[in-house]
Amino acid sequence: MFDTSLTLADLGFLAQGAAMTLAVTAVSVIAGTILGIVFGVIRNQAGPYWSIPLTFLLDVFRSVPLLIQLVLGNAAQSIFKLGWPPFTTSCVVLSLYTAAYCTEIVRGGISSVPATTRRAARSLGLTWWQDMRYIVAPLATRVSLPAWIGLTLGVMKDSALVLWLGLIELLRASQILVTRLQEPLFILIICGAIYFIISFPVARLGGYLEKRWSPND
Amino acid sequence: MISYSFHWNQAFKALPQMLDGALVTLQIAILSMVVGLAVALALTLFRLSGNRALSGFATGWVEIARNTPALFQIYMAHFGLGNFGIHLSPYTALLVGIAFNNAGYLAENFRGALKAIPDTQTRAGRSLGMTPLQAFRYIVLPQMLRVAFLPATNQMVWAILMTSLGVTVGMNTDLAGVTQELNARSFRTFEFFAIAAVIYYLIAKAVTLIARLFAARMFRY
Repeated sequence: MFDTSLTLADLGFLAQGAAMTLAVTAVSVIAGTILGIVFGVIRNQAGPYWSIPLTFLLDVFRSVPLLIQLVLGNAAQSIFKLGWPPFTTSCVVLSLYTAAYCTEIVRGGISSVPATTRRAARSLGLTWWQDMRYIVAPLATRVSLPAWIGLTLGVMKDSALVLWLGLIELLRASQILVTRLQEPLFILIICGAIYFIISFPVARLGGYLEKRWSPND
Repeated sequence: MISYSFHWNQAFKALPQMLDGALVTLQIAILSMVVGLAVALALTLFRLSGNRALSGFATGWVEIARNTPALFQIYMAHFGLGNFGIHLSPYTALLVGIAFNNAGYLAENFRGALKAIPDTQTRAGRSLGMTPLQAFRYIVLPQMLRVAFLPATNQMVWAILMTSLGVTVGMNTDLAGVTQELNARSFRTFEFFAIAAVIYYLIAKAVTLIARLFAARMFRY
């Protein structure tokens, strides 16, 4: 019969790793989304020419491997003697990475609101802020939410890379168990199953929302 | 405030080595993309076939590839396959892992692209006397590739970025691996990785540009 030396305590260890993965993801996604909304609005207000520096900067975060970004972030934090623990460094780098993608999503959402709708709002006497808050935000959210869910899942999966900085998240935890128990396939399958269980239902929800909320359908 | 002195000279001296690494990176990305495209096409056909087992297999592949981290997939190829007595070198493991990931995402792209082509076109082709395969080959496939081209370009950029994960399974010939090796020898982490970042950026931009020029030539109406 099937025989394994994996104990309940080891499963607890994996669960701790999964909790770390979720913690890093949650912090990065929240911070990244706030930054992304700010940058997205700035890019939309500034127009294509004035936002070139910002566009370029954010493009760098999307064109350089996350692993390299993490290493650079860690090196920079030690050069500036900030003394951040790996968790902080990981979250800062991942937040900027998330913000770079989120900016695109927010920008796409805002530009999907017809200019005529916004002009109508302003003609009715709404201030810029009111227009943003009551007209643009609800309409743009509909367009952006499915993509944002996809981004969140992407960040959750990419957060596996923080193991390079020594943070013990799900994948690193299972690697430690593999080294100790020498049952790579079994433990990796459990690890993959945990990722899958976290990711799959949310991905399905995103797909459902996309179908449900797509215009003219 | 900063008492760290940068030694860029040392890093620039290693530039030829790093560029060699960049070539390996590009090679892996292209190979994984070619394999990924072929497998994705097969998976798409499996899904269309109507055969339960085949379409289940394809759906399983796509969902696993899309719902687990790329790094996990590479680990699976490197450590997991060892259980079956298959011991892949870091290069092969990296290639297998990325190709697996590419295939899953591309298959999903293809499915989206297929949806954009009305069924009536296949039926029209069939009523003109084409076999199902001919209708797919001459009517659906060219249009599907046109729609799927842009997402596939993005996937190519992703593949380039994913090659950097090879360093975690002991790859030392690609750009990230070479950089890590140099870093381990000199501890000039920031300098080496900053140059690597610039090279990755340039490769990604070059690929995007070439793809755009290619698309402008290939897909004009």
